Amino acid sequence: MTEVLTRVLEGVTNGAAREGAAAAESVQKVVRARPGLAPDADADAQLHPAAKPPAAVEVVAGDGPAGQGVGNEAAQAIVLELAGVSLSFGGVAALSEVDLSVRRGEILAIIGPNGAGKSSILNIVSGVYRADRGHVRLKGQRYAQVPTQALADLGIARTFQNLALFPGLSVLDNVVAGRAHRARSSFVEQIAGFGRARRERLDARARAIDVIDFLQLSALAERPAGTLPYGLQKRVELARALVAEPEILLLDEPMAGMTASEKAEMAGFVTAARDRFGTTVVLIEHDIGVVMSLSDRVAVLDHGRNIALGTPAEVQRDPRVIDAYLGVAVEDDEDVARGEGL
Amino acid sequence: MTAFATDLVPEIRPARGLPGWALPVATLAVAYLAVPLLATNYLFEAILLPFLALSLAGVGLNILTGYAGQVSLGSAAFMAVGAYAAYNVHLRVEGLPLIGSIVAAGLSAAAIGLAFGLPSLRLKGFYLAVSTLAAQFFVQWALTKFSWFSNDSASGVIDAPPLQIAGFAVDGPVGRYLFALTVVAVLTFLSHRLVISQTGRNFIAVRDNETAARIIGVPVLKTKLLAFAVSSFIIGIAGVLWAFAYLRTVEPAGFNLDRSFQILFIVIIGGLATIRGAFFGAALIVVFPLVLSRFGSLVLGDVFDSGVLDMSQRIVLGALIILFLVLEPDGLAALSDRLRRRIATGLRRG
Repeated sequence: MTEVLTRVLEGVTNGAAREGAAAAESVQKVVRARPGLAPDADADAQLHPAAKPPAAVEVVAGDGPAGQGVGNEAAQAIVLELAGVSLSFGGVAALSEVDLSVRRGEILAIIGPNGAGKSSILNIVSGVYRADRGHVRLKGQRYAQVPTQALADLGIARTFQNLALFPGLSVLDNVVAGRAHRARSSFVEQIAGFGRARRERLDARARAIDVIDFLQLSALAERPAGTLPYGLQKRVELARALVAEPEILLLDEPMAGMTASEKAEMAGFVTAARDRFGTTVVLIEHDIGVVMSLSDRVAVLDHGRNIALGTPAEVQRDPRVIDAYLGVAVEDDEDVARGEGL
Repeated sequence: MTAFATDLVPEIRPARGLPGWALPVATLAVAYLAVPLLATNYLFEAILLPFLALSLAGVGLNILTGYAGQVSLGSAAFMAVGAYAAYNVHLRVEGLPLIGSIVAAGLSAAAIGLAFGLPSLRLKGFYLAVSTLAAQFFVQWALTKFSWFSNDSASGVIDAPPLQIAGFAVDGPVGRYLFALTVVAVLTFLSHRLVISQTGRNFIAVRDNETAARIIGVPVLKTKLLAFAVSSFIIGIAGVLWAFAYLRTVEPAGFNLDRSFQILFIVIIGGLATIRGAFFGAALIVVFPLVLSRFGSLVLGDVFDSGVLDMSQRIVLGALIILFLVLEPDGLAALSDRLRRRIATGLRRG
């Protein structure tokens, strides 16, 4: 049974080689087994020098495909770290002792069966939930609860599993709203509409148009976001997140409910966004095929525990993953082979 | 969809005939030039003045309820605060021009609105609406209880001072109409500027998805309080118009819960989150009882007395609101848009 699975997954990895590539391979060389296990003091020591040269890294990432940057020293910088994070809802453990570190410029996928705690991780990083134990480390600061209000200023943007657009605003205005954290002018200045308020308005608009162009939404810019089909709304949400120019982009099932071609398109946009903006991407996705081809590293969650972390190739060879996540039951194997593997 | 594929994010909407400012400017031109020549005193006193005051209150409430999504049942209270504040400022501050009293009235209403907006930080929807009722009852009680507010007049009645702008008396119906029109036009324009600004987008973001708004960096609490303050400011000034330009003599009981509901209905019937909707809604609310009474007495004769009129008014209005909520939740503004589009396509074909 496991042989079947491995073969299926290898087929998938070939897809990875086809699409995404060099990045994945260069990452393979530098996998650190369980990063979160380092004691706090050490982690700090690692983080601070690493956190210093981000400017330089961004230049590297901005110049060419960030995938090339992943191999070099500076790109090893850890931009986001979860250390011993536990979370439970009324006695039901959603996450237990999860350690996870995310490197600058990588695309990290979090996979796992339903209820494994994937969304909880994103919700903890974005401050929607507060960790019962453990903490999130961001820009050299430790947070038990990340301040949601300051999230955008901390360089994090996210999308939601269920759409969280503003249906009453046009596509363009939804994306412009993504610059809300940059607004410094008061509402009186905005009514008057000159000086700082005018500069902010024009800047936000220009950037929004740029991102909308990038994600090929220009033709829909004036449409109310609520009237768009699901797949396009997902893309608008990505645009709204990207326009904030985040260092870290959290995508909660960006391709859920999409057709195969929409998924491929979306995967292309995610990679392109990473390459163009040098954004670090953490994404949750159910479609194993997409995950394997898109991500540099994969973290596997099961029952709130991080049971594996590595390159797609490593993860799919990991017996624990095959047991816990993929090797569930014979009927399901066929589903994987039919539906998701190809 | 093809209709949208043609243009690439234009700064101004694609020219579908006239530019966006043409209609408001034309309306203003008619309102300033033609109406004073043509209208009768009855039209000013019974229709245009209440229409203007209620329109402005509708614009104010629409910012709070339509744009920022915070339901309020305290609009009449904020109107009362505005009216009584203007009265007191005018009475007690020597030599302050009328415009100063009006701004002070707006600021007072904004302060009270801010205070009663604090529950919105914790409460949503229904629960918030109920908590804004507190404003309604508290303000009415305070204005009746403390006679200082009405300069010790019996049962809190106040008489509007003579209106003067830059030395000119504007006490006649035409003068008061032009005065009210100017105030409404200026505040409506500023409201329009506000709702298309970043702050206006923040309002809608908070309304449509509070969590998402917070995560993209919209200061949610500040935005909600700002909506309460701005909305109350405008409604307060609408109260000044109501007291000074329209009725000239008001008492706290005139700003009761019925009035609050009336303003809410204006916003719902006119269309949430549209500025012109407030004007459509106010027109309907003001004109409709008059039409009904004429129509009623014409058809039913003597049977149609004031009691029947009052009752039938409520019944028809209630039915109308249900009808709108079911058939046209976007209100008269959406209806007029559709009509305009249909006429435009009809013209193009013809």
